[in-house]
Amino acid sequence: MSEPILKVEGVQAKYGDFIAVESATLDVPEGQIVSLIGSNGAGKSTLMDTIAGLHKPSQGKIYFKGEDITGMPAEKIVLKGLSLVPQGSRCFIRMSVEDNLIMGSFPKTARAKAKDTLEKVYDLFPVLKQKRNDPSGSLSGGQRQMVAVGRALMTNPEMILFDEISLGLAPTTIKDIYSRIKDIAASGTTVVLVEQDTHRAIKTAQLVHVMLKGNVVLSGSPKELSEDDIKKAYFGI
Amino acid sequence: MIVLQYIINGILLGGIYAVLGVGMTMIFGIVKLTNLAHGEFVIIGAYASTLIAGALGVDPILTLIVTIPFMFIIGMILQSGLINRVMLKGSEPALLVTFGLSIILQDAMLLLFTADARHAGGAYSSIVFHLGGISIALLDIILLVISLLTILILSWFLNKTYMGRSIRATSDDTQAASLMGVSVKRTYGIAMGIAMATAAVAGLCIALKWTYYPSSGGGYLLTAFGVVVIGGMGSIPGTLVAGLIFGLAQVIGGANYGLLVGYILLIIMLAVRPQGLFSK
Repeated sequence: MSEPILKVEGVQAKYGDFIAVESATLDVPEGQIVSLIGSNGAGKSTLMDTIAGLHKPSQGKIYFKGEDITGMPAEKIVLKGLSLVPQGSRCFIRMSVEDNLIMGSFPKTARAKAKDTLEKVYDLFPVLKQKRNDPSGSLSGGQRQMVAVGRALMTNPEMILFDEISLGLAPTTIKDIYSRIKDIAASGTTVVLVEQDTHRAIKTAQLVHVMLKGNVVLSGSPKELSEDDIKKAYFGI
Repeated sequence: MIVLQYIINGILLGGIYAVLGVGMTMIFGIVKLTNLAHGEFVIIGAYASTLIAGALGVDPILTLIVTIPFMFIIGMILQSGLINRVMLKGSEPALLVTFGLSIILQDAMLLLFTADARHAGGAYSSIVFHLGGISIALLDIILLVISLLTILILSWFLNKTYMGRSIRATSDDTQAASLMGVSVKRTYGIAMGIAMATAAVAGLCIALKWTYYPSSGGGYLLTAFGVVVIGGMGSIPGTLVAGLIFGLAQVIGGANYGLLVGYILLIIMLAVRPQGLFSK
């Protein structure tokens, strides 16, 4: 197994007194697709937000490429090469598709390559090129997800976290987006998928982590883990 | 011919109202703050232009070279040092801070400059063109050009530069913007700086067109409110159109009833299209 690009050690994250992530520990090996699965409320999204700097952890450590990024704000973390595609796409709905994508190259580390990366994003999602001048608020849910993925790619990331990317999308759109995610991973970008669709997540990933009640309770490759193990970890039975 | 004269006068006046509202709409749209001190900022801009022009013996328009960067820096310091901190506790405390600021600034101006009326007259103030029964003052044309240029430059900045796009992105979704590497607090500071810079321009226009006092800010705040609400909060093109509408209202209502006519239009707008002309 290659050296982990991301290490999460005993991270706790709270909303007021409510503990959303109790003590999460996981590794993400460089260049792999890693799935994080768990039921609703397991703490997956909070953990992703905490890693990406949108939420400050109350305990624990997060290392990215060996550097301690615990509690660092999101605008600094993205400069390190870690990008998050947040749940629900969160496009800038009043801005055009192209302006959304250009916003992805806002970090100074991404500006020099912005033109080339934009063409790569358009190659990956040709529909976005057709709709480049349309406001992103006028797009379908699937197309908005494509904008969000493209925008994250524009930051020139070494690792992308995808939070519930299939949520609310039609099966054909999900299939299309997942095939693009495989292309992204094939280009050398480390991918973390947060999913409720366990079947798809396990099928796509090389490593699976299962979260339950704010803790990572099971980790292993899809070959190592039996369906029964995953079911028990997922439901806590 | 009288109707045409009214329309031209309204349009000429509308430019000033648009630039008066544009700074306020930016703060509404981006920082989500009702800046009750905007009128006082405009009057500070008016005093700055009048005093610098008087001291250096230059045309008041040239003072923009100094007043725009000066007001921009003051705006950034104000937002970063005061309002950002208060906003952590919610939008209401920030609103109260701007209210307090308006009182402090008004009293400070009264102390420094007395209650005497001021005016910054340029060499062109009395030049009037007569074209087939229509009269147009050169000053009004100059002020319209200044106002339109300000709004055009601002629109270009917001649409075509990285910083401008980051301001628009922050106005849409602060968290998503931070994921793109945008520092939200810094962006708020820049937005307030720009709003203050536009207040410098509006102040110059007011100082050239009318007399003003330390207490004049309240009236201009009301006008700016009307322009922002009619145009749609946060919309720059909306502010321009609403400014022109308010300008026409001012001409129709005259000196005594101009604001009343403008506010009747505002009430109609709120009933028919509460989000304003250009807001979606």
